[in-house]
Amino acid sequence: MGEAVAFYTIAAFILGFAVLVVTARETVHSVLFLVLDFLFVAALYVLLGAEFLAVIQILVYAGGIVVLYLFVVMLVNLKRPPEAYQDPQRHGRVGLLLALAVLAELVAIAMWTSGTPTTPMPAAQAFPVTGNTEVVGWLLYTRYLIPFEIASVLLLVAMIGAIVLAKREL
Amino acid sequence: MIDSFVVPLLKILVVLNATLVGVTYMILLERKVIAWAQSRLGPMRVGPYGVLQPVADALKLMIKEDITPVRADKWVFTAAPIIAMVPALIVYAVIPFGPEVSLFGRPVTLYVTDVNVGLLYIVSVASVGVYGIILAGWSSNSKYPLLASLRASAQLISYEVAVTLTLVSVILVAGSLSMVSIVRAQESGHVWFAFLQPMAFVIFFIGGLAETNRAPFDMPEAEQELTGGFHTEYSGMRFALFFLAEYANMIVVSSVATTLFLGGWLRPFPNVAFLSFLGIIPSWAWFLLKSFGFLYVFIWIRATLPRYRYDQLMRLGWKVLIPLAIINLVVTAIVKVMVH
Repeated sequence: MGEAVAFYTIAAFILGFAVLVVTARETVHSVLFLVLDFLFVAALYVLLGAEFLAVIQILVYAGGIVVLYLFVVMLVNLKRPPEAYQDPQRHGRVGLLLALAVLAELVAIAMWTSGTPTTPMPAAQAFPVTGNTEVVGWLLYTRYLIPFEIASVLLLVAMIGAIVLAKREL
Repeated sequence: MIDSFVVPLLKILVVLNATLVGVTYMILLERKVIAWAQSRLGPMRVGPYGVLQPVADALKLMIKEDITPVRADKWVFTAAPIIAMVPALIVYAVIPFGPEVSLFGRPVTLYVTDVNVGLLYIVSVASVGVYGIILAGWSSNSKYPLLASLRASAQLISYEVAVTLTLVSVILVAGSLSMVSIVRAQESGHVWFAFLQPMAFVIFFIGGLAETNRAPFDMPEAEQELTGGFHTEYSGMRFALFFLAEYANMIVVSSVATTLFLGGWLRPFPNVAFLSFLGIIPSWAWFLLKSFGFLYVFIWIRATLPRYRYDQLMRLGWKVLIPLAIINLVVTAIVKVMVH
């Protein structure tokens, strides 16, 4: 009961701030609402008993990535957006398409997972390690090793790409 | 009921008040120590040797007029000092001032809580504190604060990398993220981590100076270039909040350094029996003594060293401290695997 109340409260805050992110007039305000959103997502992780994920969520997203967003927003003059982005019609159409695609994906996932009985996560099995952080680390290096490595290669590629873009001649 | 609700609340109350009083007296200490370093007396008028100066300062700041610039972004301008202050205070939740002691016939732990990701909690909460500075500069709608806040955030982000990497090597040695377990690991290992991880200790200390905007890295408030820094447009109590947050962060860095590298609440040589007379000084007093040592060094450095230039600061962070921290981490990991 208490858990459900906490979940719906947090979920309401997450959705509310998400709406504010896209409706705020000032871009810096949008970014700030995004931070609040991330903090509430972290609260959701705490509710699930995943303290490690919650703390990493705050550290990486709220404290790291969004600070860089804020940098960009503050340094780039957004008062007058370039001509190409001033056509509200075109914006609306692309946005609608994207939103529909995401909705279709979510519905598909919901239908696909609701039928099958939830596979017991390894949490039910015996781990060779105990503790939140240890279990995450153990899973990353055994069961999810390949996705983990692929993700790190992707990040590396993105980093090299950014350096190449920023420095035309190396 | 009492154990789950009243005792934690009382602890929070004590820790918060002690922190705020500690912060105000840090400011007095700083003025005094710098005055002595410069052959002056420092504040002497309010109370004997000026010990009541913080009270006078607080009163003055509270009754001062609070000005919001007309062109400022009101909401963000109001929120920025709060965003700076809150992370600096909630970090104290996981700092262990001492082990379990018995108080009025009831076992009481001398820390608010011991979460299993304590150290990461401190790092993540501290990373949110950057927003206070960035937003203060941006919302003032004034060019010097904006420049200062950009400098400050670039500096904080750069040094955060090095500091976090040193923390990882400490975690490797201790085998835990919990602050209490890290102290226990130093007790059972019979050595302060400052000796096992001297490189991490030095990098952490330098990074800590930079992260709290202290001299010689007090770039964000370089008066000659920035007319005061990110808080130029702030006055009265809001300015005071930034000031308090900075000193609260100094105390946090000192406490974390004490816990990670100097054995926290443990007395020196806890394994040497003939030094057990040192045990008459209670554990929390050892903790405060060590933290105070750090704070004194902070002030001492400010009185001694001139300010870095901005490009030198960035070069030191990215080209010296981060590579050293990475090397230290790799070497620590290799040694740990070989010992196992």
